Amino acid sequence: MTQDAPRVGAVTGPDDDLMVVAENVHKSFGRLHVLRGIDLEVRRGEVMCVVGPSGSGKSTFLRCVNHLEKINMGRLWVNGHLMGYRQKRGKLHELHDSQVAQQRRGIGMVFQNFNLFPHMSVLGNVMEAPVQVKREKRAGARETALHLLERVGLADKAGSFPRQLSGGQQQRVAIARALAMRPELMLFDEPTSALDPELVGEVLDVMKDLARDGMTMIVVTHEMGFAREVGDSLVFMDEGVVVESGEPRQVLANPLHERTRAFLSKVL
Amino acid sequence: MNTGSDSTRSPKAPAAETDSSGTIKAVPVRYPWRWATAAVLLVLACMLVNMLVTNEKFDWPFLFSKMFSEPVLIGVRTTLILTVLSMVIGIVIGIIAAIMRLSANPVLVGVGWLYTWFFRAVPRLVLCVLFGNVGILYTNLEFGLPFDNYWMPLLGIDGDARFYSIPMNDLLTPFMAAILALSLSEGAYMAEIVRAGLLSVDKGQTEAAQALGMSRTKVLRRITLPQALRVIVPPTGNEATAMLKDTSLVSAIPLTTELFFQLRAIGNSTFNLFPMLVAACLWYLAITSLLMAGQYFLERSFTRGDRQAMAGVKMTQSRTGN
Repeated sequence: MTQDAPRVGAVTGPDDDLMVVAENVHKSFGRLHVLRGIDLEVRRGEVMCVVGPSGSGKSTFLRCVNHLEKINMGRLWVNGHLMGYRQKRGKLHELHDSQVAQQRRGIGMVFQNFNLFPHMSVLGNVMEAPVQVKREKRAGARETALHLLERVGLADKAGSFPRQLSGGQQQRVAIARALAMRPELMLFDEPTSALDPELVGEVLDVMKDLARDGMTMIVVTHEMGFAREVGDSLVFMDEGVVVESGEPRQVLANPLHERTRAFLSKVL
Repeated sequence: MNTGSDSTRSPKAPAAETDSSGTIKAVPVRYPWRWATAAVLLVLACMLVNMLVTNEKFDWPFLFSKMFSEPVLIGVRTTLILTVLSMVIGIVIGIIAAIMRLSANPVLVGVGWLYTWFFRAVPRLVLCVLFGNVGILYTNLEFGLPFDNYWMPLLGIDGDARFYSIPMNDLLTPFMAAILALSLSEGAYMAEIVRAGLLSVDKGQTEAAQALGMSRTKVLRRITLPQALRVIVPPTGNEATAMLKDTSLVSAIPLTTELFFQLRAIGNSTFNLFPMLVAACLWYLAITSLLMAGQYFLERSFTRGDRQAMAGVKMTQSRTGN
């Protein structure tokens, strides 16, 4: 996602302030209609928290944002680029694998199960993408990686292997690994759901720190406290649609919809 | 129950079954059948040794005089070269075929499947004989435009569209036929092993790598394949020992410089076959043992990260959620 690349999705309108624009996004897996028309906008620097019951499609939506899943209908722009497609003379053309890879470089993603590379050291994990994808010099990438590890509080674990770390430590390494590509947008897919309760805090602290630095973030989470404290906006999804969205404190305190109220009464 | 046995004694009384620190000193369970079976096997082993020493048909002096003779050593060399070359080529073919079968390209999937289907269906012995006789199809191997004998006359052009030609007999020596038969067959089995290895890597690994902006080939080379190796290496060791033994099939091509053929030839010409068969067993045993030792160290080096990690897991087990 290079800044000097021509804007492809000019249809989104003149608003350069928008990082993510989703228009009527649909996604089906076979006969299972998971996303049924999602319309969303994420401004630059915004922290959007997405909540909802499991199976509501929130993780699927997140995976559509960086084109890990192909959308079936609608449009999805990130940083002004139409994800996965190129619009030419009124027709959509699928992008080649390498072009999609290019688009993903500006989008960091953190997974529920960390997905660190077990055959590489912590330092190796963080250096891998800058060296292999961006062709950075090893020495420079190493310095950046050590700096990032220090930022997530794991400078002393650089030589360890992922399996030697606790879940919280692994997730912090995963965040550092995503940050090494200097993304403009970070996607978090239930980053604390696989963690022991006492390890959740250390990961949320890193994410708060990131939000304070002005990173644009979409966070699928069950941590309502995080949403209330850090989120700029809260989106409640159910059965593949956005039921309700707004200022987190507002939505959490006075949900407008019955479904939102029912969900929140169970998790709060 | 209350028969005054030790179990009714009060816990305060000094117990004979514990020492001063309280560690239990119990009488271990006896296993009489272990001793009985061991005794029977010992007798059988003595009988075997007795036969090996006293039965003159083994002709040990003759065996050892021939076992290290020059033709046999040449045979050992050929067998080793065949094993190593066929395995190396087979592994390369196997990796390529496995990647083809897992690719998104339906043409490659089909070709990969067809290849593994054919070479796993045909026995190695048949393949050896087949490749030994493939030379009868053409006397020369020629490179040029396809079907020139059909379309050149139609266009009214004389001659042919062939640029390069080599006699089949120069190209397809028995050694080449042996390498072809063994490595193509091995490639088909390795393809299945590599495929299983690649499929064993968690899908999340690919997704994480893709999310970092890595292309499909880079994900394969840097992330999936290295992790698949841990699954691929152990069965590949088995394949190598199997290949060592299957080199004895190439005498059917016929490639006669191979170990088993050489030993049998000596046996036949001296009318003393049995010691040479024993010599063959000894040679295969020795080389296989070497291969197994190599496999042990190879596997150990591939799981080193794991064992380091295991030591770490013990430390952090109570803190991780998984």
